[in-house]
Amino acid sequence: MTRSVARSDDIPDGGRIVLDVAGTTIGLFRVAGALYAYENTCPHQGGPVCQGLLIPRVEECLNSDMGAAGFRFDPADPRIVCPWHGYEFSLMTGRHPGNAAICLRSFAVSEEEGVVYVRV
Amino acid sequence: MSEFEFNPSGHLREPHITIHTDTREILANARRDIDRYNLRDYFIVDVDSHHVELDSWDEILSYIEDPVLRRSGQTMAEIWPNAKRLALSNHPPGLTFQDVGGRIPHQAQLAEGVDSVEGEHRDLTLVRRAMESMGIALQIVFPQPMLEIGLHPNPDVENQLIMAYNRWFTERILAREPRIKSMLALPFNSPDACLRTIREFGEKPGVVGFLVTSQRQAPLFLNAYMPVYRELEERGLPLGFHAGPDYSVGKQMNRFVSVHSLSFVTCNMVHLTNWIMNGLPERFPRLKVIWIESGLAWLPFMMQRLDHEYLMRQSEAPLLKRLPSEYIRGMYYTSQPMEATNLKLLETTMDAINAETQVLYASDWPHWDFDVPGKIAGLPFLSEQAKRNILGENARRVFRL
Repeated sequence: MTRSVARSDDIPDGGRIVLDVAGTTIGLFRVAGALYAYENTCPHQGGPVCQGLLIPRVEECLNSDMGAAGFRFDPADPRIVCPWHGYEFSLMTGRHPGNAAICLRSFAVSEEEGVVYVRV
Repeated sequence: MSEFEFNPSGHLREPHITIHTDTREILANARRDIDRYNLRDYFIVDVDSHHVELDSWDEILSYIEDPVLRRSGQTMAEIWPNAKRLALSNHPPGLTFQDVGGRIPHQAQLAEGVDSVEGEHRDLTLVRRAMESMGIALQIVFPQPMLEIGLHPNPDVENQLIMAYNRWFTERILAREPRIKSMLALPFNSPDACLRTIREFGEKPGVVGFLVTSQRQAPLFLNAYMPVYRELEERGLPLGFHAGPDYSVGKQMNRFVSVHSLSFVTCNMVHLTNWIMNGLPERFPRLKVIWIESGLAWLPFMMQRLDHEYLMRQSEAPLLKRLPSEYIRGMYYTSQPMEATNLKLLETTMDAINAETQVLYASDWPHWDFDVPGKIAGLPFLSEQAKRNILGENARRVFRL
């Protein structure tokens, strides 16, 4: 069933809301203009993953000799981190970067005339 | 559809859990497990959880027995800009890496609001909120940075701080809430002080055993400790070995994930090996020994490794009457952090160590790698009775609850 859950303005780019809908808690995120909806339940131990830290992917740099050359953020790959244990997921795919089989449950999300809809 | 038709059908939640979020909100999803697994029908005992003693450090310093050390600590806390919560302690800087750079806020601190009633300590409320959220009936609570006390450069300060903490904790926390229990840390650098600790606190409300903080250099097989083990055995009080992190493991590791992966296990590997090869299970057969916070995955390795070596070198461990693995099967292990990425291996591990009677559920809340009771209740290969035993009935028997 498709439900209206928010106004478009409630979720600015880079923002999110977390809300209870029809017995399920859902996190809605807007990344680079696109909306993503995930269940607020971490596949690890059931933690409130959508209420965690939003932070870009960390990548490790190597120099030409394959020596370690420090860490840096990759803003093109934003992540959501479950606050219970740190399981981290790509916001755009819902998958854990260390094991793609571990992924968030996603919901179809749409937006029309300033209203956000989720199919729950 | 138009904006005019907008009819929000959801209840908004706090979007971002931080150090200021209420424990009950952080653990709201654990509360769902209570219904999902019918946990109200279980007697759940959490054998390893923590409060933050450094939040009360000024109070604890006032409990130091030695008047000169007490004054030094209180002065240090008063006049050094960063020592209010650290004076005299050996808080290792590596511990502040535990929250993965702010990704796991409850590890850093629980800074939520608490309305204190009649001078009751704030930690009582925090512990109750966690217990109620996870459906826990009784919780064994330990300190946090004090678990590193065995690495303190001054053994006299170590002993004084442990005694001060134990006095403070039994008065301010244990005496006020019957659902909170503890195994008090022993001042293990001094066997005499250990005996004094057992005799002074052994019958205090809520004291269900004693603890060796495992990160230390003192080897447990020294003859001076035998009266300590005897005293515990005669009183029927379990002896725990609580693991901790140590950046100095081999001085060869640079990342906390490496340090934590190994040092929380290696410290107990050393003690367990010493415990068995020196025949301590034969010398104190009624003493219940619990290995805390090393997880479970290390145990099949230890069983095979020690059996393999022992069979070739039996003359070096002549007190043993059975294989080392058989002694391992007779000791107790807290479940957390329960390595469960391969359920087949976990099932084999649990079978090898007689988990149904030997494993004790532990949450380790509020640490970054805590386990909710649902992690045990949801294991597909455990029988209903095994789940009940691990979640609480084994602890009821071991601690005579």
